[in-house]
Amino acid sequence: MTMRNAAGVIFFAIVAVFFIFSILSLHPFGDFGEEGDKYYLEPKMDDYIIDNAQNETGANNAVTSVVFDYRGFDTLGEATVLFTAVAGVILIFRRLGK
Amino acid sequence: MAFYVPYIAVVALILIGLYAVVFKRNLIKIVIGITFIECGVNLFLITLGYREKSIAPIYTSSPGGIMSLPVPQALTLTSIVIGVAVLALMLSLVVHIYRHYKTLDARKIIGGDEE
Amino acid sequence: MSGMSKIVKTITSIAFPFVMIYGLYVILHGHLTPGGGFQGGAVVASACAMIVVAFGSIWTMKKIKENQLSILESIGAIGFIVFAFLGLIILFDNSGIFFKNVFANSVYLFGQSVEYASTTANINTAGTLPLMNIAVGLKVIAGLFVIVLVMAYASNKIKERGD
Repeated sequence: MTMRNAAGVIFFAIVAVFFIFSILSLHPFGDFGEEGDKYYLEPKMDDYIIDNAQNETGANNAVTSVVFDYRGFDTLGEATVLFTAVAGVILIFRRLGK
Repeated sequence: MAFYVPYIAVVALILIGLYAVVFKRNLIKIVIGITFIECGVNLFLITLGYREKSIAPIYTSSPGGIMSLPVPQALTLTSIVIGVAVLALMLSLVVHIYRHYKTLDARKIIGGDEE
Repeated sequence: MSGMSKIVKTITSIAFPFVMIYGLYVILHGHLTPGGGFQGGAVVASACAMIVVAFGSIWTMKKIKENQLSILESIGAIGFIVFAFLGLIILFDNSGIFFKNVFANSVYLFGQSVEYASTTANINTAGTLPLMNIAVGLKVIAGLFVIVLVMAYASNKIKERGD
């Protein structure tokens, strides 16, 4: 019991220290930085989508054009996961509810 | 330091969830912990996609200005629905486990130590 | 036994159509306003869950079976895949692309084009996106509602049997 708890505490502490040090290396919230900064980011793909989504897909909502057009395969996999989960729930509860 | 507050919230959510998963013995509490971790990940994705003083990437009646990144928002949308589906499946399995073993204690179920 | 008190049932009967219409609005305007198939489907499914809570799962199960909801969800999934395959079936320049938006900027259904940074809402745009929104919305409505309904019904039956 105590062995297991000690192992849990050590694992928890390692993960906590890892997270706290890793957030310090991220860019500050909402600030993508200037050129030359350590955390400088240039989201070229997102800027392309924001600029061209209206011409290419005709949708005013860029998020919808990403979900169903640029990244349709993600949505296909998500639909498969939802279908599988519903099938699993029905499979489990059908025998219980008889 | 104030710029890091959303990241601190993300880390707090993930650590609370991890605490429940590692130290709790009740299966329902473990499921709640997994949901907490998922909320932390969703908040992290949304946080990464925010630009300062940006608006939502929707052009209908938009006031103009720079827009936040659409791809993390789309991935979070997918992730939320997958989270609901996985939560329903986990809870059904917990109900099934309770009916079979008559207990929700994870360590009794796997036949581990009883102290 | 089945369901809650008369007050809850009356309030649910009044509120249900409004929640339903709002959810369908969110689904149909997914390419113009914040929202889409997932969010609107979740709203409509929560309206159906409200029915389950107020009237009881046994009463609801008499009205609609989980097999019918499964068929509805399968229709949504098949519709989504069919709209994705339209890009392979309808060829432009002798090349087909899976998930290509074939109706966008054409003269057909939902085919009007939009200028960059135009802020007016025109529902007759975006090609296959509204169709996919409707398919995914149907799928999410049926999926979430069948999860809630089957869980409530089975736990009710288990409580009745007393084990």
